Amino acid sequence: MSLSQERRDALRRDFPPSRGVEEIPSQDIPTFKVEREVLPELARRLKDDPQFDFKMLSDVCGVDWPEREARFDVVYHLYSLTHNHRLRLKVPVRQDDAVVPSLFGVWKAADWFEREVFDMFGVRFSGHPNLKRILCHPSFQGHALRKDYDPGQRWLLREGEQDEPAWAREVQEDEDHFETQVLNLGPSHPATHGTLRTVVRLDGEVITRAECEIGYLHRCFEKMSEQHTWNQIIPYTDRLNYCSAMMNGVGYVLAVEKLLGVEAPPRAQVIRVILSELSRIMDHIVCIGANLNDVGAMTPFLYVYQAREEIYSLLEACAGGRLTISYVRVGGLANDVPAGFEDAVRYLLRRIPPLVDDMERLITENRIFRQRTEGIGVMSAEDAVDWGWTGPCLRACGVPYDVRKVAPYLGYETYDFKVPVATTGDTYARYLVRVEEIRQSLKIVEQALKRLAPGAIITDNHHVALPPKDKVYTEMEALIWHFKLIMEGIKVPKGEVYGYTEGANGELGFYAISDGGGSPYRLHCRPPCFAVFQAYPHMLPGHMIADSIAILGSLNIIAGELDR
Amino acid sequence: MKTADVIVCDPKPLRLWQRFYLIEVLKGLGVTLRHFLGNLFGRKYTVTVEWPEVKREYSDRLRGRHVLLTREDGSPRCVACYMCETACPADCIHIEAEEDPNSTVEWEKRPKVFNIDLLRCVFCGLCVDACPKEAIIMTRHHEMAFAGRQEAVATIDTLLQKGPIDAIDLGYRPYYGRESRPIPLPIPVRTEPLPKAPRPELAANP
Repeated sequence: MSLSQERRDALRRDFPPSRGVEEIPSQDIPTFKVEREVLPELARRLKDDPQFDFKMLSDVCGVDWPEREARFDVVYHLYSLTHNHRLRLKVPVRQDDAVVPSLFGVWKAADWFEREVFDMFGVRFSGHPNLKRILCHPSFQGHALRKDYDPGQRWLLREGEQDEPAWAREVQEDEDHFETQVLNLGPSHPATHGTLRTVVRLDGEVITRAECEIGYLHRCFEKMSEQHTWNQIIPYTDRLNYCSAMMNGVGYVLAVEKLLGVEAPPRAQVIRVILSELSRIMDHIVCIGANLNDVGAMTPFLYVYQAREEIYSLLEACAGGRLTISYVRVGGLANDVPAGFEDAVRYLLRRIPPLVDDMERLITENRIFRQRTEGIGVMSAEDAVDWGWTGPCLRACGVPYDVRKVAPYLGYETYDFKVPVATTGDTYARYLVRVEEIRQSLKIVEQALKRLAPGAIITDNHHVALPPKDKVYTEMEALIWHFKLIMEGIKVPKGEVYGYTEGANGELGFYAISDGGGSPYRLHCRPPCFAVFQAYPHMLPGHMIADSIAILGSLNIIAGELDR
Repeated sequence: MKTADVIVCDPKPLRLWQRFYLIEVLKGLGVTLRHFLGNLFGRKYTVTVEWPEVKREYSDRLRGRHVLLTREDGSPRCVACYMCETACPADCIHIEAEEDPNSTVEWEKRPKVFNIDLLRCVFCGLCVDACPKEAIIMTRHHEMAFAGRQEAVATIDTLLQKGPIDAIDLGYRPYYGRESRPIPLPIPVRTEPLPKAPRPELAANP
C-alpha cells in the first residue's frame, strides 16, 4: 500500500522543492529526493505527524552512481503500521563531502543500518553515537560496495586489530575495591549459534553494559550479486537464512518478478506456499529447540528435530538439496514436484503436531522454564517498532504486523490463518508466539494442499524462463532462447523495487535496482534479524549472563542472514 | 489488520497442581517414558541412523558429484559450448575446447580440458539446467573427502561416465516427461553392509 495522494500533497505543501524535497517517479513506493539539510526535520515530521505516522524505519542502504556528481544515494524505507503505507527517501551526497545527518535520534533502527552504509560506501553519519565498521574487519581498507572497489583484492586482517569498545578498556572500581569485569561472550561459543561476539561488563554476575560485534560470516552477498545474473543469485540467497532457505529464494524472486512484471503460474505459487510454510516451521523448530537446549531442556529439542529432518527429506526430494535447495527460479520453480508429493505433505501434517504437542507438554507449563524466561528480555511494543523489529519477536511484543496479512503475496489473502500475538514481550512470549505460528503454518499447508492442481510450474515467457528441455534438444528456436538466457541472463527492465515478504524472522526485504542488464545494478537485502539483533546489547543491562543466553536464543539470530 | 485475524497467546497463570513440582515432574517423565518405550519396542524406524554402518536413502534428485555422459561410441557428449561454465555461480568449471576430429553437422568441438573444482562447487545444479546436450548430470555420490586441494579438482578422466548408464547412481538431471520416484517418507534406510573400501570414483565398470 502506498502513501495516498492527499498525504503526498500535504508533504509537498510543507516541504516544497525550494526546501529541497522533491517527488521523483517510482514504480512501487512513493519516492522523495531529499536534501540532507532538511532530512532530520522531515524525518521527525514523518514519524510524529499522525497522518504519516511512519513509526518504523524498515531499511537504510546506499547506492553508488559513480558517473553522477552527487555520487551516493542513501535510501531510507519507511513503513507506517497504522496506515499501512510506505515511503522511500533518497538523500544524494557527493563523494568529497559524504556526510548525512544521522537519524538515530529519530528511529533507533538507524543504528546498525547506518553503520552498514558507512562500512560499505564510506558515507559518514554526523551525530551517530558509534559510527564504525560493522560487517568488515576494522583493518579492512576501502568500501566494498563502491562500484570501483575491486572484489579480487585481499587484505591481511590481524587479530590484534580486533575491535574493542573504548568502554571495555577502562577499569572500574568502587570504593571497596570491587572491580567490574569485562567478558567476551563468543565469537565461537556453543550458545551463540554462529559466530557472534558480545562484549559485556559484569558487576558480579549482572551485566551492566554490552556491545555486539558481528560480521564473522560476512561474504558480501550484495557485491557478489552485482556480478552474477539474476538467476545465478538464487543459490546465494539460500545461504542467507539457511534454516529456511526456501523463503529467501521466494522473497528474492518475488522482488525480481515485480520488476519484470511476470507472475508464477498458480501451481508454482501453491508449491511455493507449501514449501515456504514448511520452512517456516523448520526455522521455528530450530529456534525453539536451540533456545530450549540453551536453557537446559535437551529432550524437546530432539523431539521436534525429527520433524525438521523429515521436512528436509521432502525438500530434498523436490529440489535435490537439503539445506541449500536452490529450488525457485524467476517465474516459477526449477522442476515440478515428484510423484507422491501430496502424500508426503499429508504424512508431515500428521507427523508434526504430535511432536509439537509433546514439546508443549514438557515445556509450556513447566515452572522451571517459565521462571527462566518470564520477564526476561522484555521489550515494549513502542521500542520494538522503533528498533525496526519485525516477525515473531515484534508480534510477541503485541504488534500484529505480518507481511502475509498487510501486503499479501502468493495469494496469502485467500488462506485462512491467524497471526499469533502476545503482549508481554519477553522470552516466554516469543516462545509462545513461535509455537502458535507452527500450528498456523500447518493450517496454511493443509489449505494449500487442497489447491494443488496440475499445471505449469514456470512461466512460458522465454525472456524469463528457460524453455523445456525436450524442446531445447529438438527445436532451434528454444535452443536460441536457452543460449541467450544462460549467456546474457534475464534482461530485467530498468527500475527499482523493494520487495518484502514475511521471512521466518520477520520482514525480509530485497531492494533491487536494475539498469536493464542481465545482472542487478544493486541488490540490497534487508535481513530481519539484523534489526532485531541491534537491540540485543540494549536489552542486556540488568540481566545475568545465563539470561543473556536465553534472550539470544529467543531472538533467533541466524549468522548467515545477519552478516550476509 | 482486522482483529479477527489475530490470536492472542499470552501466558496463562499456572494452575494449582502445576505449582507443585513433583506432579509436573511425573507428567514430564511420562512423556519421555512413552517415547523411550515406543523407541524400544513399537518403533518401525527412527529418524536418526547409525551412520556410517547404516545409511539413509536419498531421493533420486540428490545433487551430488557430477558425471559427464558419453555417446554410444564412448566419446563425451559435451560439445564444449561453455554453457555450464557461464551458468555456474561459483565459477568452479573450467573448460578448454578443441576441434573434434570426428565432428559431424551436429557438433564440431569437444572438451580438451573439463575441470570441476569440487571445493568451490556449491552443488546448485545450475550446470545441469544449462546443458543443452544432457552431457553433464549429477549423481547421488556425495560423500567426498580429499587429501589436498589439487585432488578436489575433478578432471575429464574422472568425470567421464564409465560403463553403462544404469551403473551410475543417478541423481539430479533434466526432468521432462519422466516419471520420478515417489518421495520416500518416512525416510528409508539402507542397512546392507557397505563394500569393503568405498571408492571415490563413480560407477566402477565391472
